[in-house]
Amino acid sequence: MTNLKGKNLISITDYTKEDYLTVLDLAEKFEKNPNQPVLSDKVVGSLFFEPSTRTRLSFETAANRLGARVIGFSNTAATSLTKGESLHDTIMMVSSYVDIIVMRHHKDGASRYASEVSPVPLINAGDGSNQHPTQCMLDLYSIRKTQGTLDNLQIAMVGDLKYGRTVHSLVQAMSNFGAEFHFVSPESLAMPDNVKAYANNAGLKYHEYRKLEDVIPFADIIYMTRIQKERFPDVLEYEKVKDSYILNASLLNGCKDNMKVLHPLPRVNEISMDVDKTKYAYYFQQAKNGMFVRQALIASILGYADQIK
Amino acid sequence: MTTNNKELIVKKIENGTVIDHIPADKVFDVVRILGLISLEDEVLIGTNLESKKYGRKGIIKATNKFFDCEEIDKLAIIAPTATLITIKNYEVVEKKSLSIPKEIHKIVKCINPNCVTNVEEIDTQFNVVSEEPLTIQCHYCEKTMTNINFK
Repeated sequence: MTNLKGKNLISITDYTKEDYLTVLDLAEKFEKNPNQPVLSDKVVGSLFFEPSTRTRLSFETAANRLGARVIGFSNTAATSLTKGESLHDTIMMVSSYVDIIVMRHHKDGASRYASEVSPVPLINAGDGSNQHPTQCMLDLYSIRKTQGTLDNLQIAMVGDLKYGRTVHSLVQAMSNFGAEFHFVSPESLAMPDNVKAYANNAGLKYHEYRKLEDVIPFADIIYMTRIQKERFPDVLEYEKVKDSYILNASLLNGCKDNMKVLHPLPRVNEISMDVDKTKYAYYFQQAKNGMFVRQALIASILGYADQIK
Repeated sequence: MTTNNKELIVKKIENGTVIDHIPADKVFDVVRILGLISLEDEVLIGTNLESKKYGRKGIIKATNKFFDCEEIDKLAIIAPTATLITIKNYEVVEKKSLSIPKEIHKIVKCINPNCVTNVEEIDTQFNVVSEEPLTIQCHYCEKTMTNINFK
């Protein structure tokens, strides 16, 4: 068990394998016993410079279940940012009020910068198209929970592998556990070279596919992603690939018994509703797991891990 | 720097800096990026000169110009094979081979238009992930790039 007190979480690579396992073990305790108000004298700053449903509610619920109070904003319309205040000044001001900051921002790298400005620890809740490390942590938690291990799994990633930050982080994190990756995407949305290089450098195998059917028989995890319309500079390019991969219940015939389908949500049409009723669907539980993981992170970073039962 | 009749192609300078062993195709990049064109004192620029080591090379002699750390970092990025020679009273007082720094501070602009460094007043910072081809990663947005844009 590592001591995460005061340790910012900005990028998934800021934490070690041992750090991940520390957080996952603590999250398990929160899953069994979610209400542990050990932070009754703490205030969490929840700074959402861009809209979010799941992540913000999950973080704020996590803080509330820990007994902390939450201040912040869920969009910038009613803040001094509309008067031209810099990110630097906003962080300096908020950090003088709170014990920890949870921050989402539309600019890539904003969380790293804010963490360097802030005297209190900061958790990145998503910075533009760059990192979303708590999503990655909850993905790890969901994989370990459903498979009983993180070691030596067959992980298929499907859809937008070019712009999808969750799959990039997951490759980085799973590279600690000897995974074999199967990347399924249209050519125009293939996994970037730098991410493949990361797997290579970790000595891990990866394979690339165009057809979803090719990976179903052997995958332990099928990680579906949404093709993100907002990332395409040209709408015609989006139209060409938007329906590339649609997972339905009949496609799952012949999959491994232990296989689970994950998705960072929101989904559009890439997973048919008929999959929801199968034993392979895990995406809603996955979203719920996010709360336990975020409880674990807030409690650990504030130095209360040893008080959690 | 001599021809067969031992005549100096580029004359000696009394005080200043000589940048030798610049790859021939990088000489004018060095002039532009280090802003040598705007210096008031004499700047001698030679290119396509014979070099035993590199075939063809460039040389710059800048009178009364001494480079600071940021300028040396820029030079190392553009022309890592270059040698920096400090001259005082016509004598060589220091000779320095360059190497690409592990971290690059302030002098490079991130190519990612959505990077926070292109919006807030932040000193940029990059880690060198590969020297050949030169590939750097933004400390903030984590994008890797091979196109180096100097500020």
